[in-house]
Amino acid sequence: MFKFDKLVFGDLGWGDELLFATLMTITVSILSMGLGLCLAIITVWAKLITNRITRLIASFYTTVVRGVPELLVIYLIFFGGNSVIMGVAKLFGYNGYIELNALTIGTIAIAFISATYSSEVIRAAYLAVNKGQVEAAKALGLSKIQIFLRVMGPQIIRHALPGIGNVWQITLKDTSLISVTGLVEIMRQTRIASNVEHSPLTFLITAAFLYLFLTTFSGKFFKVLEINYSKGYS
Amino acid sequence: MQNLLSYLNEFLLFRNFVEVIGGLDNTLLLLLISLPIGFVLSLIFALGRVSQNKFISKPIASYIFVIRGTPLLVQIYLIYFGLGSIEFIRESFLWYLLREPFWCGVLALTINTVAYGSEIFRGGIQSVTRGQIESGLSLGFNKIDLLRKIIFPIALRKVLPSYGNELILMVKATSLVSLTTYMEMTGIARKIMAKTFAPVEAFIAAGILYLFLNFLMVQFVKYLEWKYNPHLRVEQN
Repeated sequence: MFKFDKLVFGDLGWGDELLFATLMTITVSILSMGLGLCLAIITVWAKLITNRITRLIASFYTTVVRGVPELLVIYLIFFGGNSVIMGVAKLFGYNGYIELNALTIGTIAIAFISATYSSEVIRAAYLAVNKGQVEAAKALGLSKIQIFLRVMGPQIIRHALPGIGNVWQITLKDTSLISVTGLVEIMRQTRIASNVEHSPLTFLITAAFLYLFLTTFSGKFFKVLEINYSKGYS
Repeated sequence: MQNLLSYLNEFLLFRNFVEVIGGLDNTLLLLLISLPIGFVLSLIFALGRVSQNKFISKPIASYIFVIRGTPLLVQIYLIYFGLGSIEFIRESFLWYLLREPFWCGVLALTINTVAYGSEIFRGGIQSVTRGQIESGLSLGFNKIDLLRKIIFPIALRKVLPSYGNELILMVKATSLVSLTTYMEMTGIARKIMAKTFAPVEAFIAAGILYLFLNFLMVQFVKYLEWKYNPHLRVEQN
């Protein structure tokens, strides 16, 4: 039933494979979280400016992606993404076959999902900052960029950090879904190993521990960040 | 009418739509079993979580910690592939249930929602102020009446929005059960894609149905909020 001796490093076990898979999970999580944050900032901007069309597009995007299962979004981007990209390439006169690798597709898919959650967090954080401060900064003669960098930005980060920490945990757990695209991260490696060794329990429990380890430690990291950013308020 | 149907059948999206609706009952079945059980268990676990007795609250806290720290996919695989590899379970009566992907899915979804739900309810229960409980006690309520008439109504009302979020997450989570060969909407969409080689139409058809399900869920939660928060209703005149 259990074959924990198969977890050793080297040719006899799956230890090193699982370590690389864990690194892949971390890489995908960080990349998609970063890309997701960029997308989220654009979405928030589109929602907050007084333009009906951008607002409509942004709320359509967040509503749809949050209302549809993550797996479906990943399938759609994984299986449908290539044809869209080839269609775009055709517009520019390129008729060859393009195939993005699983890492790119997976990162984009997870980023699309994580951006919807991040955008809500950032929007709430933006609205939580007292508008009087912007006026005060204007009265002091600060430029728009200065107001954003020195007044709004730091406070938005402080308000958003706890929520961003939650989004990070969701993103980290969502990366397990891109195992369906064939990208060798923890979940995919676990399935491969358990199929070879005929011992699903061993490797699935290991995977559970790896995820638990990742979520716990990144949670601790975010706690430290939060304390650091709230120094002025403690 | 006949003409309209045959006209619509020309469209791949419409044909896919009809086919995906065939999986709606399987998705709903998963929800209809795991959500009510999950709700009741969440309440019980939340009470255990706030209990003074460490032998009750500590195991529940670690259960919540483990389930919330691991992806649902790991839990589904653990139950579907993992439990099936244990000799003892294969020989017991449990095997009649656990060899079906459906019951594995129900079990995994219930375990998952109980962990999240009990954490939500814990927040609600702890938000009931000391004064309300004391006034209940001074009126001579016993423990069960206190729970039934004071703590639960106040707590549930407060957590309705966040529990509504959890319900929507559960609707979305049912799609993962398709990875254990269970043919619900996502599974059928996948099958259509393999058959027609038109991924976008297949998954958009399923996506529209999920959106619709979640829309209904949101309306249901809104109705509950309206019904149980009469003091917050905006008078329309």
